[in-house]
Amino acid sequence: MSELAARKRSDADSGTHVKARWVGRIGFGILYLILGILAVIQIYPLLWLFLFSLKTNQEVFGMSPFALPQNPQWGNYPKVWSQGHINLYFLNSVWYTVAAVVLTIVLASFVTFAITRMHWKLSKLVLGLFIIGLMIPLHSTLIPLFNFFKHVNLIDNPLSVILSYTAFNLPVTIMILLGFYQAIPREIEEAGVIDGCSVHRIFFRIVLPLTTPVIATTAIINMIYNWNEFVFVNTFISSDRWKTLTVGVNNFVGQYLTDWGAIGATLMISIIPILVAFLLLSNRIVEGLAAGSVKG
Amino acid sequence: MKAVMSNRAAIAMYVLPALLLIMIIIYVPLVLTGYYGMMDWKGFAPMKFIGFGNYNKLIHDSMFWKSTYHSVLLGIFSTLSLFIYLAVSMVLASRIKGANLFRKIYLIPMLLSSVAIAQLWSKIYDPANGMLNNLLMAFGVENPPLWLSDPNIVLYSIFVPIVWQYAGFYIIIYYAALKNVSEEVVEAATIDGATAWQVATRVKLPLIAPVFKVTIILALVGSLKYFDLIFVMTGGGPNHASEVMASYMYGEAFSKYNFGYGSAIGFALLVICLLMTWLIRKLTASNEDVQY
Repeated sequence: MSELAARKRSDADSGTHVKARWVGRIGFGILYLILGILAVIQIYPLLWLFLFSLKTNQEVFGMSPFALPQNPQWGNYPKVWSQGHINLYFLNSVWYTVAAVVLTIVLASFVTFAITRMHWKLSKLVLGLFIIGLMIPLHSTLIPLFNFFKHVNLIDNPLSVILSYTAFNLPVTIMILLGFYQAIPREIEEAGVIDGCSVHRIFFRIVLPLTTPVIATTAIINMIYNWNEFVFVNTFISSDRWKTLTVGVNNFVGQYLTDWGAIGATLMISIIPILVAFLLLSNRIVEGLAAGSVKG
Repeated sequence: MKAVMSNRAAIAMYVLPALLLIMIIIYVPLVLTGYYGMMDWKGFAPMKFIGFGNYNKLIHDSMFWKSTYHSVLLGIFSTLSLFIYLAVSMVLASRIKGANLFRKIYLIPMLLSSVAIAQLWSKIYDPANGMLNNLLMAFGVENPPLWLSDPNIVLYSIFVPIVWQYAGFYIIIYYAALKNVSEEVVEAATIDGATAWQVATRVKLPLIAPVFKVTIILALVGSLKYFDLIFVMTGGGPNHASEVMASYMYGEAFSKYNFGYGSAIGFALLVICLLMTWLIRKLTASNEDVQY
C-alpha cells in the first residue's frame, strides 16, 4: 500500500465518527453470519447422513430426524460391507480408478509434451480436438459406444469402462497440464539436446520428473471423477462382478428401501475415500478444479 | 535442437495413442449417433435405413420438447445462481478472515458422486422421516409439500441439490479470478478515491468478465447434460415432470430399446449443446476484453 493511499485512508478514518465504525463492524458481523449459515447448509446434510447411518429403524421412523442416535449402530457398517457385495464394488472402484488415472496421465503427458515442446504442423489442430472434448455431452456417444463395445465383446468387461474414463478425462487433464508445461524454460531441454539426449530421454528423464506437482493435481482430480462416475458403468456393465461402488450403491439402496441405517452406511462408505482425500489434499483439489475449468 | 524436437516418429508415438482413443471413444460415436438416428433400430433386430423419419418424429414429439424445455430451464436457473456465487466470492475475496476455510467447506458437496447426492437428498425430502419437512412442521407448516412426487415443484426440488453440489465449484473459480486481480490496479483506484464498492464493481468485475463468460457456458451446457442426479432421484418422473434431454434419451435407448430414436435424441442433444456454446460466445463477445 502506497503512502498516499494510507494517508487518504487515515483522513477518512479521522473524518468519520465512532458510529460509522460500529456500523462497519455490524456489517462485517452480518457477512460472517451469512457465510457461516452457508457453511452449515453445505455440511449439515452430510453430518445428518452420518447420524442416520448409526440409527435403528425405530429411531428413524419413530423419532425426530434431528435426534442423535441413542445407541450408535456401528454394526450397520460391517453388515452392508459383507452383505450387499459392497466390498466387491469397493475393490472394483479402486482398481478401475487407479488404472484409468495412470493411463490418462501417461497419455495426457505424452500429448502435452508433444504439443508444447515439439515442433510440428498440426499441433494446434490436435490440441483443439482434445479441448473441444470438454464440451461434448457424453450421452450423445452412448448408443454407438454401447454398440461398438458389444461388437468387440467388451460389454460387461472392465476395459470398456476404463477406456471410456480415460478418453473423457483426457481433455481436462491436458488442460491442467498445459499451463505447467508452457512455463518450463526452454533452456532445460536445450541443455539436454547439447548433451546428446534423445527426445525420449529428454521427456522421461528431464521434463516428466519436473511435472510431478501438476501430475499430483491431475491425479486427484481424475480420481474424484472416476470414483464418482455412474453412466458408463450403469450402461456397459451388467453383472455384479464388475460393478463399481456408485452403481452398486444405487442398486443396493433400491433393494433396501426401508432400512435407512443400511442405506446411510453404504452411502458413507462410498464417500469416505473422497472425504479422506479432501482432508489430505484440499489445496491440490482446489487448484485443479479452478485450473481445469477456466483456462480454455 | 530443432532436429531433435521435431522427430516425427517420436511425435507420432506421443500423440497417436491418445488421439486414436478420443477418436474411437468420442468423435466417431458422435458421427455415428447422427447416422444411427436415420435407422429404424429397435431392440436386437437388425437396423434398417429410413432417412429422416426419426428426426421428423423428434420435431413433432412434444415429450422431446418438454424435456428440452426442462433442460433449458435448469440451465437458466443455474446461470442466474452464478450471480449469487459471484456475490459470495466477492465477500470472501475482500478482507475476510478464514476465507480459505469457508471456500473449502463450500466445495465439499462437489466432491461427492451425483448418485450419493441424489440418494441423500431423497432422504432429506422424504415426506414422513426426512429432515426438511420435519423442520418445516416444527415451524408450524401444516402440510409441507411432497417435494419429489408433486409434478408442479419436482423440477425446483431437483434444482436445490444441484446448487448445493456446484456452489463451491463456482465460488472457487471466482475467488481465484478475483485474487488474480493485481494489487496495483486496486491500489491505483483507491488512490483515485474509489470506495470499496466502486473498486469491486468498476474495477474487479470488468476484469473477471472473461472468467464469468466461461462459467456461463459451463453452467448452461452443463445443465443440458444433467443426468445422474435426476435419473437416480426421480427417473424423470412423476409422469415426466422432471424429464430432461439426457434422461429422455437414456430411457428411450436403454429401457425401451429404441436405439434408432434414442440416437436421434442424442444427436439433437449434441447439436443443441454446440449451438448453445456458440451462441453464448457470440452474445458475450466484446471487441476488447478489458485489460489494464
